[in-house]
Amino acid sequence: MAYKNFILVCGGTGCESSKADEIYKNLLAEAEAQGVKGEVQVVKTGCFGFCEKGPIVKVLPSESFYVEVKPSDAKEIISEQIVKGREVKRLLYKKEQQKDIVKLEDIEFYQKQFRIVLRNCGVINPENIEEYIARDGYAALEKVLFEMKPDDVIAELKTAGLRGRGGAGFPTWMKWDLTRKAAGDIKYVICNADEGDPGAYMDRSTIEGDPHSVLEAMTIAGYTIGSDKGFVYIRAEYPLAIERLKIAIAQSKAMGLLGDDILGSGFNFDIEIRLGAGAFVCGEETALMQSLEGKRGMPVPKPPFPAISGLWKKPTLINNVETYANVPVILTKGGSWFAKIGTEKSPGTKVFALTGKINNSGLVEVPMGTTLREIVFDIGGGIKDGKKFKGVQTGGPSGGIITEKDLDSPITYESLTALGSMMGSGGMIVMDEDDCVVDVSRFYMEFCVDESCGKCAPCRIGTNQMHSILTKISKSQGEMSDLDKLERIGKAMTKASLCLLGGSAANPTLSTLKHFRDEYLEHIQDRKCRAGKCKDLVVYSIDPEKCIGCGLCARRCPVNCITGEKKQAHVIDTSKCIKCGECFKVCKFNAVLKK
Amino acid sequence: MAKMTLEDLRKLRDERKKDLGRRDVEGKSVQIIVGMGTCGIAAGAKKTFDAILAAVEEFHLDKDVVIRQTGCMGLCYVEPTVEVAMPGMPATIYGKVDAAVAREIVQKHVVEKSLVENHIFDRPAADIIKR
Ligand SMILES: Cc1cc2nc3c(=O)[nH]c(=O)nc-3n(C[C@H](O)[C@H](O)[C@H](O)COP(=O)(O)O)c2cc1C
Ligand code: FES
Repeated sequence: MAYKNFILVCGGTGCESSKADEIYKNLLAEAEAQGVKGEVQVVKTGCFGFCEKGPIVKVLPSESFYVEVKPSDAKEIISEQIVKGREVKRLLYKKEQQKDIVKLEDIEFYQKQFRIVLRNCGVINPENIEEYIARDGYAALEKVLFEMKPDDVIAELKTAGLRGRGGAGFPTWMKWDLTRKAAGDIKYVICNADEGDPGAYMDRSTIEGDPHSVLEAMTIAGYTIGSDKGFVYIRAEYPLAIERLKIAIAQSKAMGLLGDDILGSGFNFDIEIRLGAGAFVCGEETALMQSLEGKRGMPVPKPPFPAISGLWKKPTLINNVETYANVPVILTKGGSWFAKIGTEKSPGTKVFALTGKINNSGLVEVPMGTTLREIVFDIGGGIKDGKKFKGVQTGGPSGGIITEKDLDSPITYESLTALGSMMGSGGMIVMDEDDCVVDVSRFYMEFCVDESCGKCAPCRIGTNQMHSILTKISKSQGEMSDLDKLERIGKAMTKASLCLLGGSAANPTLSTLKHFRDEYLEHIQDRKCRAGKCKDLVVYSIDPEKCIGCGLCARRCPVNCITGEKKQAHVIDTSKCIKCGECFKVCKFNAVLKK
Repeated sequence: MAKMTLEDLRKLRDERKKDLGRRDVEGKSVQIIVGMGTCGIAAGAKKTFDAILAAVEEFHLDKDVVIRQTGCMGLCYVEPTVEVAMPGMPATIYGKVDAAVAREIVQKHVVEKSLVENHIFDRPAADIIKR
């Protein structure tokens, strides 16, 4: 007995709450009633990343994708598709006249995601170069070496409109062009794989899943700018990525795709790996090059830009992992293909590491111009445990928080900056009502205090001062004048710091001050933390009306500060309470109060 | 492999493309692919890999099954992930595959040709590299 068809019913949280379960049961019953039980298997699946149009039902092998299915549709799906073999047209997903985000005619897809950078991740074996080659790997290099001049490569990148994915969004073609035109016979190509933004792991996953895409692009870059030497600067904390890079480099060398006289073209290029010790500042390009030279990783003033005077004072091209991973696709499919994806000023896709209080955390790659709402509520499947959405932090310690009211703005370099955040490298941390903005700002500031290289005073002293003020506020000692101080120090630091570590360290604080000023005021004036994160501002007590004296909280309390007779209301000794919140969590009668 | 010329590279690509198209590798028709990025491994992908090996042996499928590894598919919240591709069954991605589920996949999906409930996920995006 083998099934001819499979019906997948979405059992994700989004669809489950909109009757997926009933649909599933009806499908089973209908299959039985119509006598096709042996021909079709009905199963529940995980979220399809399309909750907005849920409940979702997909039928295989025909790949019919049904949206907004109702329990009463089950009968027709079985009778039409399974019995008669015809799709139920009325339920099929019709591609809406997409905004200007995706205009690709040749690919049929319903998903919100579109994978260029991650095209091979999860598809090929990263330790086998032949699998990369089979998926058009090294076809771009082939084309470049034998059919294109350096200027053609730059022209193609210009048509594509690719911008740096390391955060700042500088046009990639311009960087390549500047480095190509810079005087000097020794030049270098660097791949920035430092990825220091907490919560971000796009670059790591790209290298782990598809190392050759980066190597191929770097070789193309070498040919274009006139360099025969590349370095991948990667943090030692990424052992698996490093291992896979090593394997990939060895395989490329053995096959003549790296080294002397590549593919018999006469072009030589070699790539070495350099390990970083995992300092955030070493992701900044000038500090990275200092570190690569064996010096202490500290930024140096720009100009001169790396394109003119970079590594060992030679013209140097430095790009991010994700920037490189786009390049082979642009060259094989053409710049105008790429330019059609995303928005006019921000073409292509962006990979985000979606984490925090979100149901479907993971790596997502979406066309630029996708809205945050689509990422959080469709692809991400919404907030965990049905809690209320509070904000998304993009750009990590250099970015800001984006709130409910801006969820519908399309993601581009410009729009995120206009919202007081930034694209950053792609960390995206989702916060819910249980996250406290003061606490979050303090966390990021602490990170910057630790990671500041200490070279310039605004950053070294500013981060410290802001951190101590934020700590003070969270410890119930805040004063109204503190808010003004935070803003003044923040602005000074933004203006006067040597590099963008200090230059953007104030962003998380300034942006929460702007969007959640009322919460700062609550901390200071009412001595209250509504999220209950700032322990010094929280008091736990037991409501004697509701407490039935089950004793569960008392047994759970790690410091034994809850007492009471059996079946009598219990009390918390607040002088001993360490505010771990366990009693609050375990109480089944909502009798523990958090204020 | 010795150093290649342009011709060699093109020939190799064509050959390998045909392999991918045929869907059988080394004469084996069933491919089980385990996501082995840092996220997968942290979630226990190595144990899953071993469990698949053991199950393949248990059901005497060594001749038909090839087990491969790949990078992160993006479904980090349901790691470890496993994809099964074989004739007569739709290519399927399973998530939250611990050792027990791994065995179930080999038994139900590969041997009995039916999907394993509650662990199926969708590939997150269409493939831009057409074969
Ligand atoms: C504090 C700081 C940290 C940075 N960290 C990274 C990083 O981890 N990875 C990265 O690619 N770029 C990082 N950058 C940006 C780099 O300086 C540089 O702009 C980037 O590597 C350029 O590549 P792109 O044009 O491809 O984006 C950082 C910048 C600053 C100021
Ligand atoms: S829960 Fe069904 S598509 Fe997300």
